[in-house]
Amino acid sequence: MTAYLLRRLMQTAVVVMVMSVIVFFGVHVIGDPVWLLVNPQMDQRDIEAAVRALGLDRPIWEQYVYFVRGALQGDLGRSFIFGEPALTVIVQRMPATLELAVAALVMAIVIGIPLGLYAGLKPQHALSKIIMAGSIVGFSLPTFWVGLMLIMVFAVMLGWLPSTGRGPTATYFGITSSAFTLEGLRYLFLPALNLALLKISLVIRLTRAGARESLQQDYIKFARAKGLTHGRIVRVHLLKNILIPVVTVLGLEFGNLIAFSVVTETIFAWPGMGKLLIGAIQTLDRPVIVAHLIIIVLLFVVINLVVDVLYTVLDPRVRVARQTA
Amino acid sequence: MVFLRALAIAAGMVLFATASSSQELKIGLSAEPSAMDPHYHNLTPNNSLLSHVFERLIATDEKQRLLPGLAESWKVVGDTVWEFKLRQNVKWHDGSPFTADDVIFTFQRAPNVPNSPSSFAGGVKGKTVTKVDDHTIRISTEAVAPTLPNDVATIMIVSKKHGEGAKTEDYNSGKAAIGTGPYKFTKFTPGDRIEFERNDAYWGAKPKWTKLLFKPIPAGPARVAALLAGDVDMIEDTPTADIERLKKDPKVQLSQGISNRLIYLFVDHARDVTPFAKAKDGAETKNPFKDKRVRQAVNKAINRDAIVARVMEGVAVPAGQFLPDGYFGISDKLKPVAFDAAGAKKLLEEAGFANGFKLTLHTPNGRYINDAKIAEAVAQMLTRAGIETSLEALQPSVFFTRASQGGPNNTPEFSFILVGWSSGTGENSGSLVPLVNTFDRAKGTGTANRGRYSNPEVDQISAEALRTNDDTKRAALLAKATEIAIEDVALIPLHYQVNTWAARKGLSYKARSDEFTLATDVTEK
Repeated sequence: MTAYLLRRLMQTAVVVMVMSVIVFFGVHVIGDPVWLLVNPQMDQRDIEAAVRALGLDRPIWEQYVYFVRGALQGDLGRSFIFGEPALTVIVQRMPATLELAVAALVMAIVIGIPLGLYAGLKPQHALSKIIMAGSIVGFSLPTFWVGLMLIMVFAVMLGWLPSTGRGPTATYFGITSSAFTLEGLRYLFLPALNLALLKISLVIRLTRAGARESLQQDYIKFARAKGLTHGRIVRVHLLKNILIPVVTVLGLEFGNLIAFSVVTETIFAWPGMGKLLIGAIQTLDRPVIVAHLIIIVLLFVVINLVVDVLYTVLDPRVRVARQTA
Repeated sequence: MVFLRALAIAAGMVLFATASSSQELKIGLSAEPSAMDPHYHNLTPNNSLLSHVFERLIATDEKQRLLPGLAESWKVVGDTVWEFKLRQNVKWHDGSPFTADDVIFTFQRAPNVPNSPSSFAGGVKGKTVTKVDDHTIRISTEAVAPTLPNDVATIMIVSKKHGEGAKTEDYNSGKAAIGTGPYKFTKFTPGDRIEFERNDAYWGAKPKWTKLLFKPIPAGPARVAALLAGDVDMIEDTPTADIERLKKDPKVQLSQGISNRLIYLFVDHARDVTPFAKAKDGAETKNPFKDKRVRQAVNKAINRDAIVARVMEGVAVPAGQFLPDGYFGISDKLKPVAFDAAGAKKLLEEAGFANGFKLTLHTPNGRYINDAKIAEAVAQMLTRAGIETSLEALQPSVFFTRASQGGPNNTPEFSFILVGWSSGTGENSGSLVPLVNTFDRAKGTGTANRGRYSNPEVDQISAEALRTNDDTKRAALLAKATEIAIEDVALIPLHYQVNTWAARKGLSYKARSDEFTLATDVTEK
């Protein structure tokens, strides 16, 4: 197990290295952030001074060496725009994104599993067909369009929910979140729903497929023969078995929710990492882009690792396979 | 977006969900300020927002005319010395008095903020501030500086007591964000919101709103939706596509004003062969823009009225020089060049381009209102006149790097570009010198002269104007230099942008030409 973890760690280091090289040099090729940072009225000498102050007058490989030296000591550079350490800028906005991702995940589970189960148990029922058609819609509509529609309907036309931003926050157990206040929940609902829509569809399909497959299996038939009630079969035997793939996929999707909430955050002006990333890309704020992507890579690696480790714990077959390999 | 608009029309009939209390004003901003330090980043979003908390010695009105601010009066007391009388009985938000020491401290701090991506050095450079008494200062310069008041009007004064040793982080946290302005800093949550409260001890007219909440909502449709949903009371930078519809909406009040931002075309004046102009068969040709008749032809081939009416949906004003009416130093003789397709063709023939030529127009996409769409219209108009123009729209970051220094030896790369300019000083020398004076690193002229236009006569008259303290004479010189440059088609003016603020019914905004959004100028009817 230790050797396995070490190997994974090495792989991670290589991935982060390669990614940072690509992004660092990629952003450099795109253009020079100075022309967007400076006031156009500044004269040539002041512009050159600004370039020097940001270290952009050095050759790109030298800038990269400087960056790596800092990164090894945990310093990912200062944001060109905000003048603060890139890591600080990102961490400041992380709670908002995590909150949104968790809310979306909860929605996906709470809405997706019951609907999927229903569709799986009664595939011929009209309601099941509506659910499945709905899930196709959820899959195929672009997030930005759905986001705008949600705003139009629930905020502008009906006036039930606020259209933009994050609500007031409260702190419990050391966690500050807008999900702890009623007003904050009102702000959270629409963006979370928008982000969750795709995941809800995914969970519906997974649950339904799992349910239909399991229903044909011997252990269900045996349970029926034993005279167990329908409810007990579904709850205890069926659900337990179909949840394994659902949980695995959701675990991985959680990473996606955090990393790619960019569109939803932009439309709802949600003050999270995604909105920050878009702004950073538009202004070529390289330290923020690089730091953001490093964090995301690490996040995916950790999630994958946790899922892998959990697998070996949960499924004896995987454990055996690894030992013999 | 069309669908959004259609839906929104239906929404127009629905009442606002929550009418906010008349005491708190919520404003949706199109760009987020990068810091609460008034000397950190010299860019409009910061300068606009921080004007609520900090003040300048000289204030400016909605047309950028100078008004007494923290200085009651100022005058020239020698060729290179200005004297400022500071306002008495002004208190900082912590109650300590405002004195000359704060001004001297500010002039030391402003150009030296660490990590500043765009410093205020330009407004402070070459100026020495000395204290005469607690409420009188003198600013001396190396050379005659008639635009010194305009420079001074860009610098926000900070408290010496709180500013000494303070970093940008200390302003962001509020620790050092102590100003003299009509509003006090309350809270800054990056990416999310900025909150101010009324300064009841303000020396000037008592501000109407007790609390201010600013929310950065960069996406245009989302900003409009936030207004329609009643989440904010007013938004800035209303997308042009939504203006027509909002005009008809009985719940919305629009405030429009012409801005000092000119949208114009620059041609390559410098190179003998320019990379993006080719003969019809694709062969290399001499730079057609070296011939004044070709520049005039381009000028005539463009239908400015059509661009304003169709592309800008009426929300712009055709331009004939660098700044719109009412600005100091403009020419009253210059009018927008009239559309004349036949005249354009004739000029091209005279210049030896009877068959026209091939040209690429480069434009930023997303920097100015409808920039790429305007460029598209220009390209079509020129193609009709015989200049086969193709369009390349670029990300602003890419565009400005290449347009400024993408060529060999860090020279401008393109042959024909669409750009915008606004005079930072609010008078004509702020356009004339950076745009059409010869590019000269040492003198600091022609900074934005991406066409590398160079005309000794224009240079000489501009320099003379900047040596003249007499306002009337200076205005005449600036106007003359402008006339020469425009007559020579140094650049091709298209239009001045019109800025639109949208507010809930009952509120109106005194639209400003410098694109600032100031809560103090929002009034209730």
